[in-house]
Amino acid sequence: MPRLDDYIPVVTQPVIDDLRLLAEKLRGKVIRNINSTAVGGGVAEILNRMVPFLQELGIDARWDVIKGGERFFAVTKKFHNALHGKSERITDDDLQAFIQTSRTNLAEMDLSGDIIFVHDPQPIILVEKKASNKWIWRCHVDVSEPQHKVWDFLMQYIPRYDAAVFSAPSFSRPLPVRQFLISPSIDPLSDKNKELPQSAINAVLDKYEIPRDKPLITQISRFDRLKDPVGVIEAYKRVKKYNECRLILAGGTATDDPEGLQVLEEVRERAGKDKDIHILLMPQNDIDVNALQRASTVIMQKSLREGFGLTVSEALWKAKPVVASHVGGIPLQIKNKYSGLLCRSIDGAAFAVKQLLNNPGYAKKLGENGREHIRNNFLLTRHLKDYLLLFLSLYHAEDVVYL
Amino acid sequence: MDPLPQAKEPFRFHTRLNLTELTGLRASVLPQLLKLIKQVPGACIYHHTHRFLEQHQYLSPEPPNDFAYWVSEVIGEDELAEQLASIDTVQFPTIRSLRDQIAQTIETYVAQNPLATLRFAGAGEEFHFIKSVSFIIPTPYIANNLEEFAQILEKITIDSIYFHVFEARLRLEHQTNDFYNWIDTALGCADIAGKLARLDPYAYTMEELRRRIISIVRAGYAKT
Repeated sequence: MPRLDDYIPVVTQPVIDDLRLLAEKLRGKVIRNINSTAVGGGVAEILNRMVPFLQELGIDARWDVIKGGERFFAVTKKFHNALHGKSERITDDDLQAFIQTSRTNLAEMDLSGDIIFVHDPQPIILVEKKASNKWIWRCHVDVSEPQHKVWDFLMQYIPRYDAAVFSAPSFSRPLPVRQFLISPSIDPLSDKNKELPQSAINAVLDKYEIPRDKPLITQISRFDRLKDPVGVIEAYKRVKKYNECRLILAGGTATDDPEGLQVLEEVRERAGKDKDIHILLMPQNDIDVNALQRASTVIMQKSLREGFGLTVSEALWKAKPVVASHVGGIPLQIKNKYSGLLCRSIDGAAFAVKQLLNNPGYAKKLGENGREHIRNNFLLTRHLKDYLLLFLSLYHAEDVVYL
Repeated sequence: MDPLPQAKEPFRFHTRLNLTELTGLRASVLPQLLKLIKQVPGACIYHHTHRFLEQHQYLSPEPPNDFAYWVSEVIGEDELAEQLASIDTVQFPTIRSLRDQIAQTIETYVAQNPLATLRFAGAGEEFHFIKSVSFIIPTPYIANNLEEFAQILEKITIDSIYFHVFEARLRLEHQTNDFYNWIDTALGCADIAGKLARLDPYAYTMEELRRRIISIVRAGYAKT
């Protein structure tokens, strides 16, 4: 587990000094994080990093997990889909099951602390036990077009919090409480993002039998319709008429997801016998993903919808030119023609990829700008700084705060 | 060489860290954008005209403001975008006056180009109004003369330079930037202060601005 000082070569000393300056103002505060799982999923991944860093900064950060049975988590899964706008039938029995489990947690959990930081909808009802301490609801889900029944249910609780936090501006809506924008982040020292020697990159290409003879266009995403892998193949085919290149579509296994397997079949069918298309069904392997991104000439993220799309930050951090859709949190990561190219269609994606393949100087500049944009805005240290400021904002209502 | 003049009052460097607050307000068409520009808190106008300076500090000088970027990239009215991008922010002493100029620019344009009001942003491409919440913190760095001042400028964060040059002048309405004030009043170096006053900080990247200020200060006291 890295220490904060390990990040100094990446973000510079003053950035770490600022974190220490802010943490001084929170010394002695107990900050209790609450979510629904200790392992697996993005939230647990973030807390696994954030809690030790907060502790290293001298803050009494704690992390508790709610309990819930199969029925409870079946309902929360439905909530998750419905908040993403997917059609889900939520019954009154579902809501009752959710409330009942929440009340059991309410009775059993220690909710003392200066700041209670509740992550996602699963523990949202705990706010019923709010005392004079401060409570924050951190929504990690894309709620830009939620199903009303679930959103209305959550709205019984959100106004009781002191603040809400969302990952992208499009997820916000007028609320009776303050709401803040805190984007997720990548860890530059993790296996997925750390520097790799060329020999390691070559070894991964050899492992997947990818020749190094042509420019590589890559999309790394699970095989899911919302990631539009078939659209990526269509774009590649339009590019291929004019430019020699290979396409890599690499994604996680989908054995427990029947729709994922179906999408994979469609992708294979659309790829046909083109030997320059490499479809890699990969288990979770961060080093391999890192190597494939670093070996690529252009990286695509042609999603139809996206929560935040951190793969874009991962690619930009490697100074790669990126072509990505104008959806979810992607426009926060890419300013069109400054730090990458945004697209809205297959033709648009193909045109952008051709521009990058044919103008390596332009592609290089976009990649370099992209890397600096990620350094300034999407690394773990910025995320930590935002959390510290968020905690401080609970004690200051004004827009300009003198500490 | 004479010893450097000591300031009547030392200069304490501050830094400013920013938290982004959402308003839930969004615009899909120019008339809506205009209406909200007139209504939202000054902290929103400040955010959308200054965010690029910090978040895209490595990019070209003349960073576009968010209004100009959206009007160009989403609405596709390049002429209005150019007018918005070229508003000379340094000429405006307050956010109020800057807001008025932005609103007036859009008003005049849509009056002359009524068809522009029919263009709309697609789903997910609306303009979202966001506020900047600034946390201002004193740093341990204190300068008593120009050499100490230049040495600190070399190592201080760009957040600190940003605070003293942009935020103090416009948002805190100090009228001029803090560096000019101190060099002029506490050190009495009107010549160097005058050069700093003539600098258009919006025309530089933050690192370039740091280098430029250091160079003006060092060149100035080399003459004394």
